[in-house]
Amino acid sequence: MRYPFPVGKSDFIQGDEAVARAAILAGCRFYAGYPITPASEIFEAMALYMPLVDGVSIQMEDEIASIAAIIGASWAGAKAMTATSGPGFSLMQENLGYAIMTETPIVVVNMMRGGPSTGQPTFPAQGDIMQAIWGTHGDHMLIVLSPSTVQEAFDFTIRAFNLAEKYRTPVVLLGDAELAHMRERVYIPNPDEIEITYRKLPRNEEEAKLPFGDPHGDGVPPMPIFGKGYRTYVTGLTHDEHGRPRTVEPEVHQRLISRIFRKILDHRDEIISYETFELDDAEIAIISTGIVSRSAIRAVKILRERGVKAGLLKLHTIWPFDFEVIEELAERVRKIYVPEMNMGQLYHLVREGANGKADVELIAKIGGEVHTPMEIAERVVG
Amino acid sequence: MMYLKSAYEIRDKYMRKDMLPTIFCPGCGIGSALQFTLRAIDDLGLNQDEIVWVSGIGCSSRVPGFVNFDGLHTTHGRALAFATGIKLTNPDLRIIAFMGDGDAAAIGGNHLIHAIRRNLDVTVILINNFTYGMTGGQVAPTTLKGLRGTTAPYGQFENPFDIAQLAVSAGANYVARWSVFNYLQGMNSIKKALQKEGFTLVEFLSPCPVSFGRRNRMKTSPELLRWYQKITVPLAKAKKMKPEELEGKIVIGEFVDRDRPGLVREYEAYKKRAKKMMGWEE
Amino acid sequence: MRKEVLFSGFGGQGVILASVILGRAAAVYEGLYAVQTQSYGPESRGGASKAEVVISDEPIDYPKALHPDYAAFFSQEAYSKYLYTVREGAKVIVESDLVPNRDFEFEKKLEVLALPLTRIAEETTGLSLTMNILTLGILTTWTGIVGREAMEKATVDAVPRGTEQINLRALRKGFELGEKARKGLL
Repeated sequence: MRYPFPVGKSDFIQGDEAVARAAILAGCRFYAGYPITPASEIFEAMALYMPLVDGVSIQMEDEIASIAAIIGASWAGAKAMTATSGPGFSLMQENLGYAIMTETPIVVVNMMRGGPSTGQPTFPAQGDIMQAIWGTHGDHMLIVLSPSTVQEAFDFTIRAFNLAEKYRTPVVLLGDAELAHMRERVYIPNPDEIEITYRKLPRNEEEAKLPFGDPHGDGVPPMPIFGKGYRTYVTGLTHDEHGRPRTVEPEVHQRLISRIFRKILDHRDEIISYETFELDDAEIAIISTGIVSRSAIRAVKILRERGVKAGLLKLHTIWPFDFEVIEELAERVRKIYVPEMNMGQLYHLVREGANGKADVELIAKIGGEVHTPMEIAERVVG
Repeated sequence: MMYLKSAYEIRDKYMRKDMLPTIFCPGCGIGSALQFTLRAIDDLGLNQDEIVWVSGIGCSSRVPGFVNFDGLHTTHGRALAFATGIKLTNPDLRIIAFMGDGDAAAIGGNHLIHAIRRNLDVTVILINNFTYGMTGGQVAPTTLKGLRGTTAPYGQFENPFDIAQLAVSAGANYVARWSVFNYLQGMNSIKKALQKEGFTLVEFLSPCPVSFGRRNRMKTSPELLRWYQKITVPLAKAKKMKPEELEGKIVIGEFVDRDRPGLVREYEAYKKRAKKMMGWEE
Repeated sequence: MRKEVLFSGFGGQGVILASVILGRAAAVYEGLYAVQTQSYGPESRGGASKAEVVISDEPIDYPKALHPDYAAFFSQEAYSKYLYTVREGAKVIVESDLVPNRDFEFEKKLEVLALPLTRIAEETTGLSLTMNILTLGILTTWTGIVGREAMEKATVDAVPRGTEQINLRALRKGFELGEKARKGLL
């Protein structure tokens, strides 16, 4: 297999470009998108690479159509992705719900910019955290990953595809405008250095008849993709194990939605990931995600130099959320600070996790600039 | 010797028994359009496992659930956007989209014109009943002026869309319109459409006595069909008529039949061009 | 060894390209860690332009330049706006034709190299556009932040095909000037 970019070596590229290359290496062969700052460079890279690797890259009429097209592509057997920013992400919410309901593996990238509405197109923000988790209507469960470096943008994109395929679910990769446009050293591995997952396919006719059942007991049904003679019927209506609409029986809805929750929550240990820095003996904990974590790491270094025992918990998976790890942490630190580029979103999840066992304080910053390390450190020393 | 298969044979061969009966009301025209489509598939001897039915939301969008094929019942108005992903991923699959007039021309209007502009390889069976049947008789973008719906109880005051003409202008390869009363023409048009590359659309004026007819003094399907006969004009005749004579009429017939390259072929050529430009292939 | 570099001027001067080449030289050809960031408004051409590069031999946490160790100012607006962010003792390159109003009092705390960069570039290559590459050359030998070879390779990677030789000529002229500056001959 020939790749349209160098593999097995380091490069100096933007976060957007890293996402695109990772997608290609993860096996993504269908991309549909609509231009939007600051995610257009993902699309432009995919447009350049896809035809060369016999994949598809197509510009749709809007973001609604973009996510629709990748869901269609996924049911035809392709690994598929779209990328956008706030306004487009809002438009995608309806079909994101459809992908959850129909258990369609897709990857949706949102490079967050200042909002609401058109907001600050070229400036970073973290105002879509809650939307990524709860943006579509109805009860639902999905996976949200949040990278802070260009290398993480690459690595988490591969992981996003693997998780999407393994759990037959949409995965949202939540970056920001800073990360999207930032260039950084990133190692692009050889394909044989990367672990790649592909969705479970039915092993026999019996399994193929249960596209929304649980034949393996892990909550994840094999996916009878189109064109293989399975005659699969897929609907966004509440459906039974066979895919038949069953909209007026409460127990059918309960069974379906509970399994969609369970297939992800039962595998939280595998899905959730985070990193700690100087946290073992910390009395003050900083909890952050995405680009702000980089300022937070420096803030911890500054605080340690000043004799403050501070440490960082940097969240890589922000949904499902690890409430337990926050509670354990809250039991042993004096105070928790949550710096984020919004008016308080992650903060609410952390407070719920802390469960009253430690004070939680928000360090909010909006307007398009990442917190400086000093802004965080100074709030901690008071 | 010509042999006409019975409706039962068609039903047993192509319908999902466990999904019947359908949700369609007595007198609804969707079943007719469905039967034409299944007979067209049968006559052409198409492989059932190489056809995917897609749809959005509405009465006609429930059709893929009743037929024994791969099917994707999607969100309101978006069927053709989903179809774009399916078709480009696996060009061997033939795609039939069952759409209603509200689904295709209102909420999905933008997807419709862009799918046509791209010449996406798909056959659209468009059920035009002038109303939102499933939600209870609201007016649609096709509702003729003066006709009543629950959201224009004093008679529609907006102009209607002519979906077939829209499709012709946007560049479709094949466009025809019939009422479900025009059984042979309808079936032949579907057969033609299914054999063509690119975007093909067959529109059916289709009775909805329960949500539409009842509010417009046509309580039964025969009344609606008689009304169609009154308001429809065959294309050949319409060409000889003056614009004022065509006021309030709906032209039926075959509006276009051409062979522009479809999206799949265009994309295949694009891939080749890309590889050539990058020096990957001669 | 964390070093912060700031490039600023107006759109069309190649501010961003200069930062990308420096970052690439460090990350790809010197095996260092590097991050490049930029800020710009909605317009594709014109307007103020600023780009930053952070280079280090260990992973880089905060990706932005707080107190640049090295800076290049290509316009009065950029100079007036960002001069005061550089650290004491910083090495600063100023496009002297385009920055008529200088703060000589503040500059006393810095090492400043003020040259008519655009004119020199034009004299060297016939193209004023190569001013950014000339500046990179100066920065390379004056500060030693990356090696000449790394910078040459990164330049060839990044400039439009067919313009490699012209740009290398500008770069080498810059090497020469930077070398002189290092020896205190400028």
